[in-house]
Amino acid sequence: MTLRLQDVKKRFGSFTAVDSLSLTVPEGEMFGMLGANGAGKTTTFRMILGLIDQSGGTLTWKGKRISYDSSHLVGYLPEERGLYPKMKVSEQLVYLGRLRGMKKTEVLRELDGWLEKFHVPEYKHKKVDELSKGNQQKIQFIAAVIHRPELLILDEPFSGLDPVNVELLKNAVIELRERGTTIVFSSHRMEHVEELCEYLCILQRGTPVVNGKLKEIKGSYGRKKLLIEASFSLEFLQDVPGVTRASFFSGGAKLEVEREETAEEIYSLLSGRGFVRKFLLEEPSLNDIFIEKAGAAYE
Amino acid sequence: MQPMNKFFIILFHTFFTKLKSKSFIVSTLITAVIIVGIANIDRIFEAFESGGAADRTVSVVEEGDQGFADRIRTEAEALGISTDDAGGLTPGEAEEMISNGDLEAALIVSADASGLPQAVYKAPSIADERTAETLRQAVQTVKEEVAASRIGIDEQTLEQVYAPVNFTAEAVSDTARSQEELDQARFLVNALVVVIYFSVLAYGNMIAMEVAAEKTSRVMEILVSSVSPVKQMFAKIFGIALLGITQYILIITVGLISVAGNAERGGYTEVIAAEIPVGLLVYAFIFFLLGYLFYATISAVLGSLVSRTEEVNIVITPLTLIVVVAFLISMFGINAPESPIITGTSYIPFFTPMVMFLRVGMTDLPVWELAAGMGIMVISIVLLALAGARIYKGGVLMYGKVSSIKDIRQALAISKKEQ
Repeated sequence: MTLRLQDVKKRFGSFTAVDSLSLTVPEGEMFGMLGANGAGKTTTFRMILGLIDQSGGTLTWKGKRISYDSSHLVGYLPEERGLYPKMKVSEQLVYLGRLRGMKKTEVLRELDGWLEKFHVPEYKHKKVDELSKGNQQKIQFIAAVIHRPELLILDEPFSGLDPVNVELLKNAVIELRERGTTIVFSSHRMEHVEELCEYLCILQRGTPVVNGKLKEIKGSYGRKKLLIEASFSLEFLQDVPGVTRASFFSGGAKLEVEREETAEEIYSLLSGRGFVRKFLLEEPSLNDIFIEKAGAAYE
Repeated sequence: MQPMNKFFIILFHTFFTKLKSKSFIVSTLITAVIIVGIANIDRIFEAFESGGAADRTVSVVEEGDQGFADRIRTEAEALGISTDDAGGLTPGEAEEMISNGDLEAALIVSADASGLPQAVYKAPSIADERTAETLRQAVQTVKEEVAASRIGIDEQTLEQVYAPVNFTAEAVSDTARSQEELDQARFLVNALVVVIYFSVLAYGNMIAMEVAAEKTSRVMEILVSSVSPVKQMFAKIFGIALLGITQYILIITVGLISVAGNAERGGYTEVIAAEIPVGLLVYAFIFFLLGYLFYATISAVLGSLVSRTEEVNIVITPLTLIVVVAFLISMFGINAPESPIITGTSYIPFFTPMVMFLRVGMTDLPVWELAAGMGIMVISIVLLALAGARIYKGGVLMYGKVSSIKDIRQALAISKKEQ
C-alpha cells in the first residue's frame, strides 16, 4: 500500500530526463526528493501524476497507475505557481475543488478552516492578483490540499517564502502527515528535507545517486565529523590513520574520520595530554552527503 | 466522481466566465443596437427628415401667368413638401422677406425661352439638399407634362412610358429556383456567410486566447493534474460554442422583436420577415457549428503551443488568412455558384462551411453532395481532435518561444508513450 516506482525511465527524443529510478514511499510517510535544477524532479512528479507517460518502468499508487479517475485522491503543488489572476480566491478554489470532485459547500467550509490557519481569512473575497506573492503561494497550497488528498506532491513548496511563512507551511505539512497523508516533496533546502523526511532520494541528471531511509543513508555514509576543543595542540591527530581531513583553529580541530572506531582511537590518544573542553562526534549533514554525491554547486 | 461531471464543470465555468465578461456584454449590446437600427432604418430617416430645414414651408411665386405654380405645388405636396401660394408677392419682395425672416423659403417659377417651366429656389441656407432636390423633381415632372402635352401625349401615356419594364428570368427545370427565391436566397446566404465568417474568427480566437491565458497564468498545470487535457480542450470548445449560440439567440430575439414591431407599422422589413426559409437557417446553423468545431479545435491546439497570450496572434494569423480566403471564395461564388472552383473548394474542409453552405443556398444541390460535405467536415473534425488532443497534451506543459512546426513535434514528443 505505497507509492512505488520501478525502473522508471523518461526520454524526450535523445535526451534522457529520468533513468532507472526506483523508489518506494510507505503510506503516511514523507519523502524528500533532492536534486539540482534539471535533475528530473518535476518530470518524475509529472510521471507520478500521469501528466506525461513514462518511456519505461512502472509507477503505481496502491497498486494502480494514477489516472484522471483517481485525481481526487491526489494533490499537486506545481513548481511554477499559478492561479487565475482575475478571479476571487473563493471562486477559484470552488472551481479547482470541484474539479477534484468536491461539492461547493465542502470547498467553502474547508477553505475557511485553511484561511484561518494561515491567518488570512480576509483574503477570501479578494482577487488573486491583489495578493502578495507569498500569500498567493498560501492560496496555491490550499488549492493543492483542500480535497484532503491521500497522496500529496509538493514541488518546491517553500521556495520564495519568508521564514515566518516557511514555518507556517511546514507546520501545515506536518499536520497533513499526521492526518495520514503520504507526501512527496522536492526542495533545494537540505535542512527542510532533513527536518521533515524519513525517506529521501537524491537525483543527479535523472539517476538516483542516494536513495532510502535518512538514518540508514547517514549511517552507511560512514564518514563522520569530529569536533575537538582542547588546551593543547592537536596537530598530531593529522597523522592518525583513518583521518581523512583535518583543519585546525586556535584551541581546537575539525576532523573528518572514516568510521566511529577512528574516533574511539583518537579519544584514547587524547587522554592524559590535558584538558579536553569538547569532544563531539557528528553525523554527516545531508548537505555534506549531497555535495559529495551530486557534486553540484549549490544555491 | 463521474468524469462526465468535470467536463460540464469546465464547460459551464468557461461559459459563465465569458458571459459575465465585459467584452461579451459590450459586443452583444453593440450588435443588438445595430440590429434594432437596421430594422428601424425608415424611422431613423424620418427622424432626420422631420424638424429643421425639411419642415420649411415653401412659398411658390410665379412670374407671369402660365399656371405652372399650382401644378408644381400639387407635385411638391405629393412628394411631402408643404407649400403655400405667395399671395401675389413679386420675386423681389419674396427675397426681401426671406432675408428679414418673414418668409421661410420661396420657389420662383417662370417660363424659359421655349415656354417650359424653370425655377429658382431661395432659402436662408441651402444646406438642406433634400428640399431643393424634391422641388427640382416636382418642376421636372411639370416640365415633362407640359412638353408632352405640346406634342399630344396625354398623361396616361406618359406614365406608361416611365413605368419600369416588366422583366423576370425563369428557370425551366422543375426543381430550379425561381428568380424571387434566388434573390431572397442571395440576400440570406450573403448575410449568413458573413455571420459564419465572423463567428468562426471571433470564437476561434477566443478559444486560443483562453487556452493561452491559462498557460500564461500557469494555472494550466493544476488543471491538467485534475482533468485530462483533452477533456478540458473539448469542454472549452463546447463552452464557447454555447456562448456563441447564446449570443445569437439574444441578437436574433432582439432582431425579431424589432422587425415584428416594424411590420405592424407596415415598414419595408415586412418583406424580409414575411417568409424566412427555415431550411436555409437550419443549414446555416449546421455549417456554423461544423465550421466552428473545425476551426476551434485548430485554435485550441495553436493556443496550447504558445506560452503567453501576446503570442497567440503570431500562431493564429495563418488560420485567420485561410478563413478570409474562404470568405472571399464564397463572396465571388454568390454570383457564380455553379463554377467548378466553387464546387471544388466546397469539398476542402477549410472552405466547406462557407462554400458548401453557399451552394446549398444558391443552387439546386443534390442531397448526396450536401451529405458528402458534412461527412468530410465530421471526419476532419474527428481526425483533428485526435491529433490535436495529443499535441495539446504536450503543448500545455511546454513553455518557451514559439516556432510552430518545431513546437508541434516537441509537444508530440512530450505526450509520447514509448519511443
